[in-house]
Amino acid sequence: MQLPQIQSPMLRLVGQRLLKAIPLILAIVICNFVLLKLAPGDAAEVLAGEAAAGTAEYLAELRARFGLDQPVHMQLWHYIVKLATLDLGFSFRHNQTVLSLILDRLPATLLLMFSGMGLAVVVGAALGILASQRVNQLRDNIISVFAILSFSVPVFWLGLMLIVVFSVNLGWFPAGGMETMASGKRGVVRMLDILQHMVMPVTTLGLFYVALYTRVMRASMLEVFNQDFVTTARAKGLSESRITLRHVFRNALLPMVTLIGVQFGTLLGGSVLVETVFSWPGLGRLAFEAVFQRDINLLLGILLMCSVLVVLSNILVDVMYSQLDPRIRIR
Amino acid sequence: MATSNTNVFKRVILSVATLVITTFGFPAAAQSAADIESGTLKFALSPEPPFLLTAINTTLQMGMVTSKVMEGLLYLDSDLKPQPLLAEKWDISADGLTYTFKLRPNVKWHDGQPFTSADVSYTILEVLKKVHPRGRTALAKITTVETPDPLTAIIKLSKPAPPMLTALASSYESPMMPKHLFAGSDPASNPYISKPVGTGPFVFKEWKKGDFILLEKNPNYWQAGKPLLRRIVFRVINDASARAASFETGEVHIGGLSPVPLTDMPRIAKNPALSVETRGYAYMSPYMLMEVNLRKPPLNDVRVRRAIAHAIDRDRMTQVVWMGYGKPAVSPIPSQVTSFHSTDVAKYEYSVEKAKKLLDEAGLKPGANGMRFKMTHDLFPLGSDYQRTGEFIKQQLARVGIELELRSQDLPSYFRRIFTEYDFDSTSGYYGAFADPTQGVQRLFWSKAIQKGVVFTNATDYRSADMDRIIEAAQDENDFTKRKALYLDMQRLAMTDLPIIPLMETRFITLSSSKLKRHTISADGVIGGNFADAYFEK
Repeated sequence: MQLPQIQSPMLRLVGQRLLKAIPLILAIVICNFVLLKLAPGDAAEVLAGEAAAGTAEYLAELRARFGLDQPVHMQLWHYIVKLATLDLGFSFRHNQTVLSLILDRLPATLLLMFSGMGLAVVVGAALGILASQRVNQLRDNIISVFAILSFSVPVFWLGLMLIVVFSVNLGWFPAGGMETMASGKRGVVRMLDILQHMVMPVTTLGLFYVALYTRVMRASMLEVFNQDFVTTARAKGLSESRITLRHVFRNALLPMVTLIGVQFGTLLGGSVLVETVFSWPGLGRLAFEAVFQRDINLLLGILLMCSVLVVLSNILVDVMYSQLDPRIRIR
Repeated sequence: MATSNTNVFKRVILSVATLVITTFGFPAAAQSAADIESGTLKFALSPEPPFLLTAINTTLQMGMVTSKVMEGLLYLDSDLKPQPLLAEKWDISADGLTYTFKLRPNVKWHDGQPFTSADVSYTILEVLKKVHPRGRTALAKITTVETPDPLTAIIKLSKPAPPMLTALASSYESPMMPKHLFAGSDPASNPYISKPVGTGPFVFKEWKKGDFILLEKNPNYWQAGKPLLRRIVFRVINDASARAASFETGEVHIGGLSPVPLTDMPRIAKNPALSVETRGYAYMSPYMLMEVNLRKPPLNDVRVRRAIAHAIDRDRMTQVVWMGYGKPAVSPIPSQVTSFHSTDVAKYEYSVEKAKKLLDEAGLKPGANGMRFKMTHDLFPLGSDYQRTGEFIKQQLARVGIELELRSQDLPSYFRRIFTEYDFDSTSGYYGAFADPTQGVQRLFWSKAIQKGVVFTNATDYRSADMDRIIEAAQDENDFTKRKALYLDMQRLAMTDLPIIPLMETRFITLSSSKLKRHTISADGVIGGNFADAYFEK
């Protein structure tokens, strides 16, 4: 695909990738739609069932209102046509447009995801570097054991254990929610309140990735330490800390950046569990509930949003490569 | 980047530590004490309701919220006797065809408009009778609602309908709606179903979806000096273990419909800061039934069904699986429905011998592995308590030579399988019997309630001309004694034909802070009670 007007290679890369993303996302939408339609039961049955009552007329009315009385291929067609005008549809269950539902919940999830990822990157990189400096010595062993433990603990269990220890027994942190409700807190006080609520969910979400990045960072630091240019740098008389941070660390970052790009999507999956355990009012839980409520419009909207996020984060990673390592050229 | 690593990392660790320490300042216990001091009640809610109007969707969790905001004409006290709420007095004509309600004067909607008989007429005729999931049947005989003056509403019926008063006597089941905000609109898409306006002691303030719903004290409530609480915050907490933790930390003060897993109850019940209440569910009268698919041989043989009933030790099930929070059921009308419940029915006491004998008679001999036949059992997908019930039944039936294969699925798949495809052998379902048998019981035994695709109706394919005759006669029998006699016959026949094996009357738990008083005063408890009288003991 040629876009001759655009001169900057980076903009061209971004443009091309965005164009290629359109058919990809359309395919994702169709796959999701078909998969969701294969699940038995529909939103009308669930609503009527929860109401513990219902008549045939009540169900028929609900189905007609939800558009479920139409043939499946027409439902898909209507959905795609609307999507073309950037209309994500209406969630009949929540009596709200899908877009407004998603936008309401997105900030909470992004806060959780970015903090979790931030924690993982910073702590993971730091521990990886610390471990690589003293290979097979006490410090390295302690860090490695910690990493293996964190790597193998199930997210769900970890969350519950944190609640038991730090909320129920010690009373340090609230067991759930994003902030003290209807407390009238403003400004800095409110920020601190949110921060206090964030500690346990972010730890739960981030710990697995901390462990992963520690392992990756350690391995890749060790690899770079053995390369010739490090020997050259040492011969030049540079201090060990300068070599570690400026020469080795920067080169060792690439594998971790790759992982971040790939894992951004998985992180959203992890946030489903974390949001459920900590009653965090985010998108993951909304999606999880939508599955059991067969709220297809909402679920399609959230999945679409996720695929867009993953595509965008992958483009971002590609751009970051070239910034971190000038040898990688954008063509 | 000339600083050494150690310094950088020291700084990082130090700032993280500072961050953690600064956030330590507000332990949960202090927050809870502040809530109690300020009269803020935190109510655990799960699942979050889709909107807030029980007149068009009778989800119980929705009622927990709306009943504090919107009120009904009457309420049922804990003996299921009607008491005045928005109607001060009511009178039923001797022929049972005219109900006259005298409304309470000087009642205002939260937006300042007066509450009048026009609202009653609109709510009953345009909403409850037309779109309420149960109201279509319960209020079917209503022909008109006359409004001679703003404080009088006269309901006219085509035939006597004794269950009607029960249906109207709950803020959960039949909340009055403001005509000026709903008239001329489709209630299901009216914006006020997400920001309800009522006459109740609490005013709707804010709903942050997925997080909380906030109600505040109504300063102009018709009952002077009430409510005693200042605010109610409903917190959405979907994970059962997290809910239990929130009760233990004092972050929530009350929750209904057994908010914590029963396996946690022995620990929770010992906590002096929490108190356990099992009253307040008589209106719903929840119970567990084993539905057996009569389309599937050998289950169409009544001897096989009786054998199954003899094989399940319902006392032990109540104690072991349900931790004693239940009562073994003997008939399809639960004992909480005191006016109609009967024990004068065929009883199926626990007896492995009798069960085996019945199966032998039915020609089902044990095979090489000791098993006579194999059937499936679909678990009711509502958590671990129902899972354990299924496992218990499986063990019990294995002793008499019936091999039970347990099947799990999510709720929509369960509904589709049981009520549309009828592709099941047996299931242990959870039902509400409700205060009048027409509301919750008749749908299970009436052949006209075999409606493909409609959930919680007759899925067993039980058809009996005798049963239909009794059920239909009881619907419009105005004489209480005759009506009661019909329901006694109905229970006797149900327990003889046994299309459904009653297992246990569920005793739901309302768990609350022991400081919270008078939260359960009506038959619909925290689901339909308006909390005007609830308060924290200081």
